Amino acid sequence: MGHARLVAAGDGVTMRAPISDLPMVLEDVSLRRGAAAILDRISLTITPGPPTLLIGPNGSGKTSLLRLCMGLVTPTGGRISWGGRSDPAPTRRAFVFQRPVMLRRTAAANVTYALAQAGAPHAQRTGRAAALLERVGLADLAHRPARLLSGGEQQRLALARALARDPELLLLDEPTANLDPAATRAVEEIVTSAAQSGIKIVMASHDLGQVRRLAGEVVFLARGTLCERARASEFLDHPATPEAQAFLRGDLVI
Amino acid sequence: MPDHLSALQLILSGDPALLAIVRLSLGVSLAAVALASAIGMPLGALLALTHFRGRAVLVVLLNAMMGLPPVVVGLALYLLLSRAGPLGELGILFTPTAMVIAQTVLIVPIIAALTRQTVEDLWVEYHDELRAMNVGALGRMTTLLWDARFSLLTALLAGFGRAAAEVGAVMIVGGNIAGFTRTMTTTVALETSKGNLPLAMGVGAILIVIVLAINAAAWGTRVWSQRVTG
Repeated sequence: MGHARLVAAGDGVTMRAPISDLPMVLEDVSLRRGAAAILDRISLTITPGPPTLLIGPNGSGKTSLLRLCMGLVTPTGGRISWGGRSDPAPTRRAFVFQRPVMLRRTAAANVTYALAQAGAPHAQRTGRAAALLERVGLADLAHRPARLLSGGEQQRLALARALARDPELLLLDEPTANLDPAATRAVEEIVTSAAQSGIKIVMASHDLGQVRRLAGEVVFLARGTLCERARASEFLDHPATPEAQAFLRGDLVI
Repeated sequence: MPDHLSALQLILSGDPALLAIVRLSLGVSLAAVALASAIGMPLGALLALTHFRGRAVLVVLLNAMMGLPPVVVGLALYLLLSRAGPLGELGILFTPTAMVIAQTVLIVPIIAALTRQTVEDLWVEYHDELRAMNVGALGRMTTLLWDARFSLLTALLAGFGRAAAEVGAVMIVGGNIAGFTRTMTTTVALETSKGNLPLAMGVGAILIVIVLAINAAAWGTRVWSQRVTG
């Protein structure tokens, strides 16, 4: 905060150093596998603000869009830039997968590993890892092997690892899809507090209740196209497109 | 069965010559395993994580080299290390050092090939997560090697088994000199040809027991580690 800013012609605000990943700008981004279009000409600008929830039926391209946003896949068409840079190396963004992979070490070692990769000085890692585990409510399990944690605990550990990167942009791919309500609540609380601390959340969800609880705005995808983007309450109460209306009614949108 | 009895007696009495042979065998093979791991594990991990033209050929070649005939490796090293050979000046032919080198050459392909397979399988699982954490090339290698550590125990065991059991390479480059380069396997070969079956059987039995004990320990470690680290 408080760094020199510079307004670029046309597409909003560009931050000057230190390196920032926001705004993230997708211009006409497409992703094709053979003849099939997984994502079709999506344009989307993500700036700091309340959480953006990515919703849509299964197979609508939510996961693919998030992976593109993280730079894990390269679009077959269009351009993505992060803070004005098109280099996909994740500097200030982090990803939480639907099924996170736990490194075969203790919970604490998983976090110190993420801290090391994010360039945290060696002397600070242990202290910061303890603080992060505290933040996700895993302080008691710090020395437990990560792969022996429950699904909900693993997902919270994945969040701690993601937060270790000190992200400006946190991408989450249905992190609560396999969790029970209590574990879901724990994850949602962490996400909410991250959002309140100024981290931009972009999260895929298939759970409309979760959208109601978390979303500032909604991006609705169907068949690989961006159908609608609106404030959450507006979208839930007055969806504009027929696809969104059908989705909210509970119809199968094919 | 007097033969069996005398073999057993030799073991139980702790014959110093026999103990020296056992010590040398284990020392040479363990040193070879250590050296071959230091070379083969990074090599296998590198091969697992890189893509280049001719990679498939290299993988097939490496897998094939797991079956290198020990006598051929011994012969090649003999030619290199003999007085007239390019490395003759080192003067290490017919020493334990030469034996360690020979066994290392023999088992580097085994350890590298098994490491490549293990790391490649784990990479499929870790790929996205490590990329999302922005882990560089060297970090990927060390992370995957470390996280595969208990599976890689199998590679080490395969290497050790091969080294401890082979006779051709150590025979040629070691020369089977009594009290200096005589190992368990060369002793068995020599004593059998001399007709001294009790000693041959005694040494053979010790070799098998040692290999069994090491495998049992490794198996125990693996089971324990899986329970402890998931």
